[in-house]
Amino acid sequence: MTSISPPKNRLWWNEPIEKVELIWITLVFLWGLVMAFMMPYWHVAGNQNLSNETYKITPAAYLAKTQAMVDQYTVRTGPAPKNFPVVHPPAGSDVYLVARLWDWWPILELEKDQTYRVHLSSIDWQHGFSLQPAAINIQVVPDYEHVVSLTPNKAGDYSVFCNEYCGLLHHTMINTIHVVE
Amino acid sequence: MNNTLFRVCPDTGLKFHRPAETLMKANAVAAVVFLLVGGFYALLVGLTRWQAVHLLAADQFYMVLTLHGLNVLIFWILFFEIALLYFCSSTLLGCRLAAPRFAWVGFALMLIGAVMNNVIVLQGNSSVMMTSYAPMGAHPVFYLSLILFAVGALIGCFVFFGTLVIAKDEKTYEGSVSLVTFGAITAAIIAVFTIISGAIILIPTLLWSLDLIAHIDALMYRLIWWGFGHSSQQINVSAHIAIWYAIAAIMFGAKPLSEKVSRMAFLMYILFLQLASVHHLLVDPGLSSEFKMFNTSYAMYLAVMASMVHGLTVPGSIEAAQRAKGLNNGLFEWLRKAPWGNPTFSGMFISLVGFGFLGGISGVVMGTEQINILLHNTLYVPGHFHATVVIGTTLAFMALTYWLVPILFRRELVMKKLASWQPYLFGGGMAGVALFLMGAGTVGVPRRHWDISFSDAAGAVYEFPGAANTMLALNGVFVILAVAGGAAFCVIVVASLLFGKKLGEDEKSPVPLIAEPPADADYEGIGSGTITVPGTLVFALVFFASFAIYYFVNWKYLGETWGIS
Repeated sequence: MTSISPPKNRLWWNEPIEKVELIWITLVFLWGLVMAFMMPYWHVAGNQNLSNETYKITPAAYLAKTQAMVDQYTVRTGPAPKNFPVVHPPAGSDVYLVARLWDWWPILELEKDQTYRVHLSSIDWQHGFSLQPAAINIQVVPDYEHVVSLTPNKAGDYSVFCNEYCGLLHHTMINTIHVVE
Repeated sequence: MNNTLFRVCPDTGLKFHRPAETLMKANAVAAVVFLLVGGFYALLVGLTRWQAVHLLAADQFYMVLTLHGLNVLIFWILFFEIALLYFCSSTLLGCRLAAPRFAWVGFALMLIGAVMNNVIVLQGNSSVMMTSYAPMGAHPVFYLSLILFAVGALIGCFVFFGTLVIAKDEKTYEGSVSLVTFGAITAAIIAVFTIISGAIILIPTLLWSLDLIAHIDALMYRLIWWGFGHSSQQINVSAHIAIWYAIAAIMFGAKPLSEKVSRMAFLMYILFLQLASVHHLLVDPGLSSEFKMFNTSYAMYLAVMASMVHGLTVPGSIEAAQRAKGLNNGLFEWLRKAPWGNPTFSGMFISLVGFGFLGGISGVVMGTEQINILLHNTLYVPGHFHATVVIGTTLAFMALTYWLVPILFRRELVMKKLASWQPYLFGGGMAGVALFLMGAGTVGVPRRHWDISFSDAAGAVYEFPGAANTMLALNGVFVILAVAGGAAFCVIVVASLLFGKKLGEDEKSPVPLIAEPPADADYEGIGSGTITVPGTLVFALVFFASFAIYYFVNWKYLGETWGIS
């Protein structure tokens, strides 16, 4: 009898388990416990835990909130041809970033080691917030406003591009986030 | 029973129900055709992402990428799985297939759906990727074609269940079904769950595309779609692991180390594996961390445990059988003297190693709630699933096909030399693809992206580290190797069916096609001491060490980025 024929012993569930299997199952079960422990542990001891704070919102309302921030905190105009406003909001404040076909709007300027409540939402299709080289990737979904606290730990110019396919010009959807000392 | 309805295979003693046999052939042939189509698209995708070659224009690239995913991930695999379900029920249990006409209706629906889907995507207005994330919309026919295909597959599952009932009723087997059939039952149960999830989300989306429903919530779409999208991959896992056990039995006469452990491991897939769909939602808004952690750990990694158990017991069953046949020296004599020139064995073994080391470890690491922040939607994701679905599932299906050509189609395999190299070419090529895609993903290269030089973007660009372009180029080279391996498979199979020497119904194949199982007494005293399969245990421990090191290295990377809370 083999694995493609019925078990020879009709009461196969009474057969003893191989010792190798017992050793392995014990080891793998304990490893599962370690991995299951790591996630809640990181919530307590780690600094990278994505917030779940989310609100339902309409695209118009989200755009209005972003516009209000832009009106208040724009410090200069970004590079041509887009000429997007560069916004430098106060440390600790609410910061809004709009994902849309095929832009991130506006350009944000943040301070190193300060924490910001960054709001993310899309006003049309789904997008992917990919901040590089910081390696932070967050799904951006229309009608949902996701509030994530971010604390930049190094100054420099970061890129944010889209990593959720969003149509024919998906690969042009890129902008800058400045982090200053 | 009417004897003309059955034939007994002279090589294996398996009893084929003729209507089931025809259905298996039709499904297997359709599968290979869609593999060929999807494999051709794979070449175009790989050569476009190679930045120096950049073969296709953007709109063509997104269209071809959509087609590639659907043809190989859905159509090739599902057609093959239906053939496999019929084989594991009707043939392995030696009984007639339930309602063959109904099964033909299922086949027709699948074929119509698959062809319709290719046609509508090729028309250019449904380049929405396999995931078709609402509110990005496709042509209504796109959703309709997938629904038809899924209904066809569901019919196949019910024919399979009906056949199990007939076998039980007509007492065509004694006691319990075989382990391989048990694995197929697991796959079919998960398939029903999967297809129902698909119906729940695709039917409203179809109505929405026809303007009959005003709004599809994007987050709801993601949650339910992945109940379909990821669970469909769990069907593949159950199916290809059943094939691993089957090939161990065919090539070595192997039996499970213990029925109880292997069957429990399959059962745990049904209980926990579907929770994996939340792996895709780890950086989504609106879901709690508790929900994410519970689901992605499959309730404490119980499904991971099941896969790791199979990873031990499949090679373990081979080792035990080989040792029982006298290859009992040292740790690895049983493996060294395995038939490495036989594509059925080498394909199965490469599938096992690639699935575990490349696909398994990367999947669990990436599916950790916080580590996913580093890797979500990067090329790491396709790197992972090319190891699981292509090396794991596709190569296992290819390995079994080499055996099925003489058994099912009664034709001798042609181009045997090429066939003996094919698993190495395909498996090696795909291992390179998986590794370089994952490598590119770790430096942030996005998936489904036409141009990471951002040459069309007005203004801002991002300069990826030089390694990104190198890895995309190496990926392109390995795509060419893997596609050559895939093409070799299709050519060998098609040529064998057309030109292979015909084997009469009662004529034995010149080479034996199934191994004689060792006698129970031969299993006495194998291995060293109380460890019957020491070689496999050493392999398992090497795997475990790689897994643990890689897991903690990723936590270290995570700790280096911005604070996120």
